[in-house]
Amino acid sequence: MNAAGMSAVPLLRVEHLTMRFGGLVAVDDVSFDAADRQITAIIGPNGAGKTTVFNCLTGFYKPTVGRLMLSPAVGSEFLLERMEGYRIGQRARVARTFQNIRLFPRMSVLENLLVAQHNKLMRASGFTLLGLFGAPVYRKAEGKAVELARYWLDRIGLTARADEDAGNMPYGDQRRLEIARAMCTEPHLLCLDEPAAGLNPRESAELNDLLKFIRDEHRIGVLLIEHDMSVVMKISDHVVVLDYGRKISDGTPERVRNDPAVIRAYLGEEENEALPPEVEADLRQGA
Amino acid sequence: MEYFIQQFINGVTLGAIFGLIAIGYTMVYGILGMVNFAHGDIFMIGGFISIITFMILGVLGVTWLPFSLLCMLLIAMAFTGLHGWAVERIGYRALRNSNRLAPLISAIGVSIFLQNYVQLLQGARNKPLSPIIFGGIELMTSSTGFTVTFAYMQMVIIGVATVLMAGFSVLIARTALGRQQRACEQDMKMARLLGVDVDRTIALTFIMGAALAAVAGLIWLLRYGIIDFYVGFLVGIKAFTAAVIGGIGSLPGAMLGGLLIGLIEVFWSAYFSVEYKDVAAFAILVLVLIFRPTGLLGKPDIEKV
Repeated sequence: MNAAGMSAVPLLRVEHLTMRFGGLVAVDDVSFDAADRQITAIIGPNGAGKTTVFNCLTGFYKPTVGRLMLSPAVGSEFLLERMEGYRIGQRARVARTFQNIRLFPRMSVLENLLVAQHNKLMRASGFTLLGLFGAPVYRKAEGKAVELARYWLDRIGLTARADEDAGNMPYGDQRRLEIARAMCTEPHLLCLDEPAAGLNPRESAELNDLLKFIRDEHRIGVLLIEHDMSVVMKISDHVVVLDYGRKISDGTPERVRNDPAVIRAYLGEEENEALPPEVEADLRQGA
Repeated sequence: MEYFIQQFINGVTLGAIFGLIAIGYTMVYGILGMVNFAHGDIFMIGGFISIITFMILGVLGVTWLPFSLLCMLLIAMAFTGLHGWAVERIGYRALRNSNRLAPLISAIGVSIFLQNYVQLLQGARNKPLSPIIFGGIELMTSSTGFTVTFAYMQMVIIGVATVLMAGFSVLIARTALGRQQRACEQDMKMARLLGVDVDRTIALTFIMGAALAAVAGLIWLLRYGIIDFYVGFLVGIKAFTAAVIGGIGSLPGAMLGGLLIGLIEVFWSAYFSVEYKDVAAFAILVLVLIFRPTGLLGKPDIEKV
């Protein structure tokens, strides 16, 4: 176990997670921890079961076997595998983004961020009646929600375009907007599914800064699925490697990079063959 | 000219009824992608609850008209909303993730059930209500002696419908609930991930649609003074037509479509023949579907990625 596992109770503890679809075992007895204030990356070849792990965490799938325990504070814990879909977002506060962006395209950028805060707003609006007549309580809550949204808009540089439809934003902005929306739910754990996919190098660097900012300033746990090794090696504190649904390695980026099992999974079985120089370079990029 | 103005007023009054019902169709379609065929019968139930409330108020000796009208409105909205909730809970929720046809068939079943339920409880005979709002303003008189009257009843109807539609538009555009509904409409799974209670949002959508249909039922009762268990069928189909003409899924479209259907029906009856007014309304539907399949205010389907 790395340093992350040393704290008494990790933010997220996944134990013996198994997900079967009929005869297909997508995830097979995977256990790992993800700590608070750390970026934990889940990597692995295509079809390794990374997204399935996310789908179990966020209530899309009910795991066949396993325990997913989230402990955001001392004495409070949530068993995610037993919770109904929307409560995972509402109570346990696990937020998530998708490989293919899923914003609400025909709502404005600002509204996308406000939807994420609707639980506070629904309560303040007395389940709509007060909101309809513009009661001060609701106005105040709405003002606060807009403030939080503004904070994130400034962070991702979209303040000037807050009233445009989210669907009209450029791709890189949509990616960051999706992360901002997830952060507006004030999550304990943020799950990002390939956030760097399709970004150019500049956007990718901006993304790294945003993720580090979230980790350091907001002090939450970030769980990251990523293919781009430069991102993984640069920003993650802890890496979990999956292959064919099994965990094959777990530890710091340096350890994982030199783990023969990982190299085998990525490059095939020929153990005696040296790594091609460009792959070697690629793996070391973040060091 | 005077005749035309009179018919225009009548048309707007009828259009308000169709518009209020069409909102229910369009909202449910927007959020679930299904046509709630039982919605016309929800409208009918609204009418029945109104007349029952009126009778009870009469027995209790409440005679001040504005108060009893307000009571009818609120009670009809509340109880019809309850019916709308029950229909969704019993008829549709379990089928939400199944084949698209299943909830449609279920809706037809619910429609038949509601008609028979009212027939059983209230009898198959027409329920008459003698006019309770009299008089009006005489706007102008033509040389031939035809007088244009804007009845107080019509003012009340148009006023109530306008206020409700405006309030409803504000609710959808400005409040947290409205945002939640639009979010569910665009991506239900994503909304759930953000912690939106999708089931509750859908239930509220049905309740709101039913409450507006109840107002339409009350208006119908006041205007025509008669209601029976079968009235929801044709009125419902026409309101659905209105929603499609306006662009199903679009809220202003439903109101515009309702107005158009009301005007077309009234003008056709006034200048051509009363017998073929339904044909006129549905012929317009055919024309709109041929030349503008997404409806007047509907947006073309955007491919989801």
